[in-house]
Amino acid sequence: MDLATFLVQCLNAVQYGLLLFLLASGLTLIFGIMGVINLAHGSFYMLGAYLAFALAPLFGDWYVARLLVGVALAALFGYVLEWAFFSFLYERDHLQQVLMTYALILVFEELRSILVGNDVHGVAAPSWLSGSFRLGELMSYPWYRVFASVACVVVALGLYGVVHRTRLGMMIRAGASDRDMVRGLGVDIRLLYRIVFAGGVALAALAGMIAAPLSSVYPGMGSSVLIVCFVVVVIGGIGSITGALVASLLVGVVDTFGKVFFAEWSGAGIYVLMAMVLVWRPEGLMKRGV
Amino acid sequence: MGSEAAGAPRDAAADGSAASPVDATPDTPSLPDIARRETGGWLVPAAAFVLLCALPIVVAPYTLDLVLRIAVYAIFALSLELLVGAVGLVSLGHAAFLGIGAYAAVLGSGDDGAPLIPLLLLSVGAAAAYALAVGALSLRTRGVYFIMVTLAFAQMAFFVVHDTRAGGGSDGIFLNAKPVLRIGATTLLDLGQRLPFFYTVLAALAATYAFLALLLASRFGHALGGIRVNETRMRAAGFSTYLYKLAAFVIAGALAGLAGFLLAVKDAAVNPELLAWNQSGVVLLMIILGGIGSLRGAVIGACAFTLLTELFQSDALLGPLAAHWQLSLGIAIIVFVAVLPKGLIGIGARWRSLVRG
Repeated sequence: MDLATFLVQCLNAVQYGLLLFLLASGLTLIFGIMGVINLAHGSFYMLGAYLAFALAPLFGDWYVARLLVGVALAALFGYVLEWAFFSFLYERDHLQQVLMTYALILVFEELRSILVGNDVHGVAAPSWLSGSFRLGELMSYPWYRVFASVACVVVALGLYGVVHRTRLGMMIRAGASDRDMVRGLGVDIRLLYRIVFAGGVALAALAGMIAAPLSSVYPGMGSSVLIVCFVVVVIGGIGSITGALVASLLVGVVDTFGKVFFAEWSGAGIYVLMAMVLVWRPEGLMKRGV
Repeated sequence: MGSEAAGAPRDAAADGSAASPVDATPDTPSLPDIARRETGGWLVPAAAFVLLCALPIVVAPYTLDLVLRIAVYAIFALSLELLVGAVGLVSLGHAAFLGIGAYAAVLGSGDDGAPLIPLLLLSVGAAAAYALAVGALSLRTRGVYFIMVTLAFAQMAFFVVHDTRAGGGSDGIFLNAKPVLRIGATTLLDLGQRLPFFYTVLAALAATYAFLALLLASRFGHALGGIRVNETRMRAAGFSTYLYKLAAFVIAGALAGLAGFLLAVKDAAVNPELLAWNQSGVVLLMIILGGIGSLRGAVIGACAFTLLTELFQSDALLGPLAAHWQLSLGIAIIVFVAVLPKGLIGIGARWRSLVRG
């Protein structure tokens, strides 16, 4: 493997990892704070991708505006969804919530089939990002992938700012380490839950919108990414955003280079990684407490 | 999970798990409750069994096949119920043991078929062996981490059968000859024939149910219940809880292997989908739907889930809606969750409380 190929694979690994981070950060917060094992998280990723597809004709090259509108819609959707389907479940057994989120997957998947159909659709990258730059003699790397990585880094920094520098972030961190204490101190935990859930949905949808031009949009795209996200969350340690970042980069590298070096066994690679991490550290790389 | 159900008085003893808000131990009835329910009412399961035995006289082959599928899934669900309901270990990798049992049955019988007993032992043994390895490692973790480690090991098994030549790839393998029980030249039991196979599956279901009921009523079962309610206290009382949990995990894996064996013989084929994570998810859904904490709930859940799926897929009943059966199934599950917090098994209590107001 020459240097340029290696570089391209590194960039791919980082880009994939960062995208996973967007998904996993929302999942880890919902997990860590609300205690909800949200199997429907992959559906929100799919929702984002289809939003990107549906909004594309309306916005043309106003790409960033399209992302913002999509994120706003997704957050609103998440807020309503939490109110309608989750707000009455917190006093119940966790497995009831699992059942509920599983049912939501089925519903979303069929609604998608009814509304958009079962075809694979491509989503064009905006024209100002459509080129690529040269890397070495033979390789080139598309600008859109660079943009995707940069966008993810910007969101990650923004998330870090919100979680560590704002009052809301303080409540989120407190909620992740001791929910009952936060409730006891008089924080409106219902509202916090709703905001966290809406934020998680928005992050997942943003990941879907960014991924849409890279992977195109297709049925079942949510469930394939869901399990990988859980792997990331568990490797990182539930409720830890830093852990999610480290774990998603790790998973990105293992998956990308696994495909290069051990094509036949690559599917199992990240699960082997997860098993190794958990045997070494049964609570993930970073414990709770963001 | 303790923090979620802190309001429920009977959960007061479960302080061992209260430290972690993400611990997914199910909110099951306390110990004396489950024992009483399982050893007491033998009448209903026995009556159901007798009715099922009479079934081939009245119904069409298609219905018989449906009943077979329900019975096999009921065994599978019962095996998971031992983990989730009795010990409080939520596994999302249980399909691995089903799949390994099924693959062992097909790979072990070769082209000419194999004798029944050794093949059955091979299936169950292979599943139990994998369960021993998985359990030994994954029981170090707890709560959501346990869910995810079991999932990881199941995914490894999935990719091994999916990506390697021995597993036949994504198409799976066919079972060429069904197992036969022979002594000398006389054939005692040929699983290739419809009725003998039907009664074999029923017998397996009854045996699994009875075995688990006795197990839960035994000293071992009570120790498992104690571990679910408060593991720290059990350890302090001198139980080596790790070994108890490992034993339960291996038994559950072996029973899932039995279900896998029957499934392979029923369908005469295996494919990697048997080990896929959604298979593990579906069996977990069955026992949640039925109601966790009782063996009967697992059987009811397997039955209800399979029938619902069948119903919503039926063109004759639902017309064009059948094409979108997942939508109907999803909405039905949402309604169940909203209306029946204790699963289908709690339907009677729920009804009584509604009538009383």
